Amino acid sequence: MGKIVAYTGNQAIAEGMRQINPDVCAAYPITPQTELMQQFASFVADGLVDTELVTVESEHSAMSACVGAAAAGGRVMTATSAQGMALMWEIMYCASGLRLPIVMTIVNRALNAPLNIHGDHSDAMGARDSGWIQIFSENAQEAYDNLMQAVRIGEEASVRLPVAVCYDGFIISHSIERMEILEDEEVKGFVGPYQNLYHPMLDIAHPVTYGPVDLQDYYTEHKRQQVEAMKNALPVILGVAEEYKKLTGRGFGYFETYRLDDAEIGMFIMGSAAGTAKEVVDELRATGIKAGLLKLRIFRPFPYQEVTAALKNLKVLAIMDRAESFGAMGGPTFNEIRSALLSLKKPPLTFNYVYGLGGREPSLAEIHKAFARGREVLTAGKAEVLHDYLQVRE
Amino acid sequence: MNAGAAPATKPITIKQLSQRPEILVGGHRLCPGCGAPIALRQILLASDYPVVLANATGCVEVSTSIFPFTSWRAPWIHNAFENAAATISGAEAMYRSLKRQGKIPPEQEIRFIAFGGDGGTYDIGLQSLSGALERGHRFLYVCYNNEGYMNTGIQRSSASPLGADTTTTPVGAAIPGKREFRKDLTSIVAAHDIPYVAQSATIPSRWGELINKVRKALEVPGPSFINVLASCNRGWRHNMDETLELTQLAVDTCYWPLYEVINGEYRLTYKPKEKKPVAEWLKRQGRFRHLFRPENEGILKRVQEKVDQDWERLLKKCGEL
Repeated sequence: MGKIVAYTGNQAIAEGMRQINPDVCAAYPITPQTELMQQFASFVADGLVDTELVTVESEHSAMSACVGAAAAGGRVMTATSAQGMALMWEIMYCASGLRLPIVMTIVNRALNAPLNIHGDHSDAMGARDSGWIQIFSENAQEAYDNLMQAVRIGEEASVRLPVAVCYDGFIISHSIERMEILEDEEVKGFVGPYQNLYHPMLDIAHPVTYGPVDLQDYYTEHKRQQVEAMKNALPVILGVAEEYKKLTGRGFGYFETYRLDDAEIGMFIMGSAAGTAKEVVDELRATGIKAGLLKLRIFRPFPYQEVTAALKNLKVLAIMDRAESFGAMGGPTFNEIRSALLSLKKPPLTFNYVYGLGGREPSLAEIHKAFARGREVLTAGKAEVLHDYLQVRE
Repeated sequence: MNAGAAPATKPITIKQLSQRPEILVGGHRLCPGCGAPIALRQILLASDYPVVLANATGCVEVSTSIFPFTSWRAPWIHNAFENAAATISGAEAMYRSLKRQGKIPPEQEIRFIAFGGDGGTYDIGLQSLSGALERGHRFLYVCYNNEGYMNTGIQRSSASPLGADTTTTPVGAAIPGKREFRKDLTSIVAAHDIPYVAQSATIPSRWGELINKVRKALEVPGPSFINVLASCNRGWRHNMDETLELTQLAVDTCYWPLYEVINGEYRLTYKPKEKKPVAEWLKRQGRFRHLFRPENEGILKRVQEKVDQDWERLLKKCGEL
């Protein structure tokens, strides 16, 4: 049985990490992740975990040490945000290319310049092609639940990929929330012992060369295998969610739909703003407007077939991006969702709003504006402007 | 650790070494006459313990691990260019964690060694190295220093000597090669106050020079570092059968003194019978050919003065003066 607690998102993840009890954690502080690692460091100091905490001199070394530790053979976790993730970026590709199931929390934050410490998805979106599974969370409860499942998903033999658990900086990381956590023994049972798949480096009787030079004759096949691992992750994600539901009663899929079945105007969104958007959907429904919502949980691998099926009956879809893709046709998720919907005979009309950059909080009124625009598009039968800003002084 | 106490090492004979299995095996694609594999083979034979290795991007890495082949008979990882120290520190942390948890038997001793060239150590990997040294991981970092970015085609590094002709400090009509002295990395590492630091080379006159230092390094209960001069005949521009001769000359001219720093105490490990002029080493290498033109006499003089000054300082630190 779980217990009810009042935690910030960062506390929830630190507590979850204590329960998972990784063998090695290498991390570097950065706002808004700092509190998480501080809390975890106090667990280490109190001897509550077996973890070897490597307090490195940079995020580049954090991810590098995680790669060394995971290749050595054991469960490895870390956490970061924004600039820290950007500094890790090079080695994130090494972690996925070496097929090391490291679990990293990304407390999503805007990227410099100009400097901004608040929440948006620029960091994770910048690493969307790095070969990491990316799971987004609406609140601290989901972040905690996703962390537990991330360990299992990444370590599954058919997957063996690193996993990022994402939640919005400050809005989730620093807000106290009523939530339910598992008992330590339940977590231990759920994540299970770490299983080595190949001969890890500490298996000195079976020396393996990790990270070789891989030229024109093999590189493509190794990248292709990573693609396969991502595909394999899709059923694994559902299987792990099913087991987790048995334990907690809380169910998870690739995404959550909210009043979407008979909706005409839909919204696609990720992260903390989904809560606000659900409220707006309720308000619109109360006035007879058929509004609905899809909140994506699994951004990588992108479950495009399931997302398309869920959105197919909509007439209009507002796609909300909390990150910019400068010079592109729209934000990162807009391009993917719009492209996925093109497989439909009659795809919904789509348009894109970039919102919430640098922590600018989307209010109910702002989300209402996005739905109002959806109604205009519905009436006009076309979206004149594809890519627009929800909250900006022009 | 007692300050100044030399780590206890068991003596080893050439016969014993010759009977040990090679860890870096033949068939790799390093150039004939390359100094790096000579040093690496000696280092790996020297260990009484099983080793886990990390390698920074560089000549050794690209020439020994071309998939689906490998030259390594020990667990080995290449992660990236600037992070061999951080990578090995993670592996060592996992070893400590699993050992503490009883998942590795207590009698199972493993040593951790990272290899990097001067590019991966003096320059891009310096932060990663400094961090890992300060954190006190028990590992040996070996810089095989060939004084330039040889893997990418002989560009200058902060280990390249004054006046060196490299592809990014080419000798031109206006500029006569590299304009700066090299960085003294061994002293920078020694300033981290780690238990064992050494400068070494594979010199024919002392077969045990590098091997004994490695054996000491692997006994200290913390970080250790050895800076090994390793000629690159492509970059230094000498005949490929002259590698060891030139290494000996670098040492005998006191351009590359051999010493160790044990818990902060400096000790000279080799004193040439007769200190030769540095020009004897320089003139054998194509990269310094231009220094022997009359207009570059001043550079030659500066090089000799710097060698003399550094040598004298070192002798003082070692209590030899």
